[in-house]
Amino acid sequence: MEPSELKRSKDSPNLDESTRRSSFPDEVLERVLSLLKSHRDRSSVSLVCKDWYNAERWSRTHVFIGNCYSVSPEIVARRFPKIRSVTLKGKPRFSDFNLVPENWGADIHAWLVVFAAKYPFLEELRLKRMAISDESLEFLAVSFPNFKALSLLSCDGFSTNGLAAIATHCKNLTELDIQENGIDDKGGSWLSCFPESFTSLEVLNFANLSSDINFDALERLVGRCKSMRVLKLNRSVSLEQLQRLLVNAPQLAELGTGSFSEELTFRQCVELESALSNCKNMYTLSGLWDAKGIYLPALYPVCTHLTFLNLSYAALRSDELAKLLAHCPRLKRLWVLDTVEDKGLEAVGMNCPLLEELRVFPADLFDEEIIHGVTEAGFVAVSFGCPRLHYVLYFCCQMTNAAVATIVQNCPDFTHFRLCIMNPGQPDHITNEPMDEAFGAVVKTCTKLQRLSVSGRLTDLTFEYIGRYAKNLETLSVAFAGSSDWGMQCVMGGCSKLRKLEIRDCPFGNAALLSGLEKYESMRSLWMSACNVTMNGCRLLAREMPRLNVEVMKEDGSDDSQADKVYVYRSIAGPRRDAPPSVLTL
Amino acid sequence: MEGSVGYDNDLNLRATELRLGLPGTEPVSIVRSNKRSLQQVADDDCGVNGCRSDDQNETAPPPPKAQIVGWPPIRSYRKNNIQTKKNESEGGGIYVKVSMDGAPYLRKIDLKIYSGYPELLQAIENMFKFTIGEYSEREGYKGSDYAPTYEDKDGDWMLVGDVPWEMFITSCKRLRIMKGSEARGLGCGV
Repeated sequence: MEPSELKRSKDSPNLDESTRRSSFPDEVLERVLSLLKSHRDRSSVSLVCKDWYNAERWSRTHVFIGNCYSVSPEIVARRFPKIRSVTLKGKPRFSDFNLVPENWGADIHAWLVVFAAKYPFLEELRLKRMAISDESLEFLAVSFPNFKALSLLSCDGFSTNGLAAIATHCKNLTELDIQENGIDDKGGSWLSCFPESFTSLEVLNFANLSSDINFDALERLVGRCKSMRVLKLNRSVSLEQLQRLLVNAPQLAELGTGSFSEELTFRQCVELESALSNCKNMYTLSGLWDAKGIYLPALYPVCTHLTFLNLSYAALRSDELAKLLAHCPRLKRLWVLDTVEDKGLEAVGMNCPLLEELRVFPADLFDEEIIHGVTEAGFVAVSFGCPRLHYVLYFCCQMTNAAVATIVQNCPDFTHFRLCIMNPGQPDHITNEPMDEAFGAVVKTCTKLQRLSVSGRLTDLTFEYIGRYAKNLETLSVAFAGSSDWGMQCVMGGCSKLRKLEIRDCPFGNAALLSGLEKYESMRSLWMSACNVTMNGCRLLAREMPRLNVEVMKEDGSDDSQADKVYVYRSIAGPRRDAPPSVLTL
Repeated sequence: MEGSVGYDNDLNLRATELRLGLPGTEPVSIVRSNKRSLQQVADDDCGVNGCRSDDQNETAPPPPKAQIVGWPPIRSYRKNNIQTKKNESEGGGIYVKVSMDGAPYLRKIDLKIYSGYPELLQAIENMFKFTIGEYSEREGYKGSDYAPTYEDKDGDWMLVGDVPWEMFITSCKRLRIMKGSEARGLGCGV
């Protein structure tokens, strides 16, 4: 139901206070609002009037906090008394690429302590880029008797001992999703900590971990958890073991295989294919570590109904990918390594007309002798065959303005356009001009664009285009680009919906930083590193805007006046008190 | 008087010009829009262990794929977990150079033939005729003047033994046995 419909009935001019209240009791309003799931809708609802603010806060069960330092756990607990599910994001995104110092912060523990007191019935915790220790995991495991779902993405600070605590104590666990974390893998015994009586698991993802687990324990666990729908194994699980698991879990909707490369006998191949063909509900396939082309045909029965295929850990050649994709007509999302080259991407265009999302990751970053990977030709080929494409992440070694113009002409519905030309500052490889017109074409044509990552040689003209045309842009990532402050000023002045801006190695200085003075409070955060911003500029910003936290990370041996890394974010919790010595709060 | 000698005369000075590129290549011009990042790269290279190459300063353009921190923007987890077909086609060996402070020449070993750290360290001890100390998580290698270190895929120098073996052999690019005060510094709570 639209909040506006509710608002109309409430605003009928002939009702006075008392009739209004009796014809629309709070309980009814709360019941209606409890059906609202989107946190943005809920934010809108809470702004209507005081009654609605209260009704909304009493009916909210899930809270999403995009920056853990924008608010304190006490404030959250005071406003929302009935939370059962929390999603928290911590460190700036560039911490994924080692740009944020160790011990920067975003530790979950203080939150858990408050939650244990205020939300004893907490069921779900989803963390991204947070620091979480084994002690915190143990505390979590014993403090919340109803705890059901734990998801850790790109977190660090914990080991498999913490997972053992979760497995041991969380009797009602339905989801354990461990993805891409900096985890200290001390061995696989944690999996054996699930009690034999435990049957509730629906989601198990331990692909992140490398150690061997006790396969018998896993086989029994999967066998007795009849509601399991997501199972993502780690590399240590062999093809033969996979087959044994699948025989007992044909209901799986998402599968991440283990290693896909050992020697199989003919009979084992047949058994594997047969087990997979019984998985009628499977729509997501990933893992496929070290996949050998000859075993891929075992996947064909599943491919016909696959909508998401993640081959980003399988270094396939173009012919291997082409053969596989011929069996995947319903694919909507595809992740691959650039080992498939342009020819492999041609096969994508030819076989997957329903494709909406494509991610191409670079395979070998350090080999300077071998040039391979994908070029503009591959991306263009996909755009001709996949008109519904709206999400792309593309790492390539070369690109041209003309190619990008063609691509967006074929696919005007881009919402996420993330192009990474891997050599910083590289121009159009045919005309030798900057890549300004490429991104100009993107923002002019793709009016629904929400997220943009730019690369290649770019002048301020790119940013003029972005400021003028990218009116729905929310997230912008910039590296090694721009000519002067004017570029960033265009973005700050033009992109009214901008929420996250991350910039590295660009010639933007204090004038650029300060041009966003009015804007930063409506954004989640700004990151600027290796730019021309000085400490004085940051101090001025901090002074003018007291409701922003302005943090500077200094690097060893840099000039005292340089602000090497700057992180600015809005907060109602005031400056944080847990910053390490390398982070200065102004 | 003759004018200054140009490159296009009979002496063909260009062919005999001494420069850093391979024969037959022209000097590469690297486009960087921010000088500071270039300096940062040069600074990073001349870190704890001294300059890798005396030529890597501001006057010579760095090789096209110079390792810039955090670029290309791939999560470390993904970087550490991709094994390309190239490894397999070389017969599966992971050969890395091993240098020891004070030794006149380097050695090369195949990491694939060892099943874990104890075997690897034993082999290195035998190769260079010395002893490495006892490993502990907190204090690194105690009991000897040497500490085994390695350079990982990010270009950082790490103490051998901290990460799981499988992660180590896929991310190790070269080994260096550090000696003396540098080695002791590395062991303490880093």
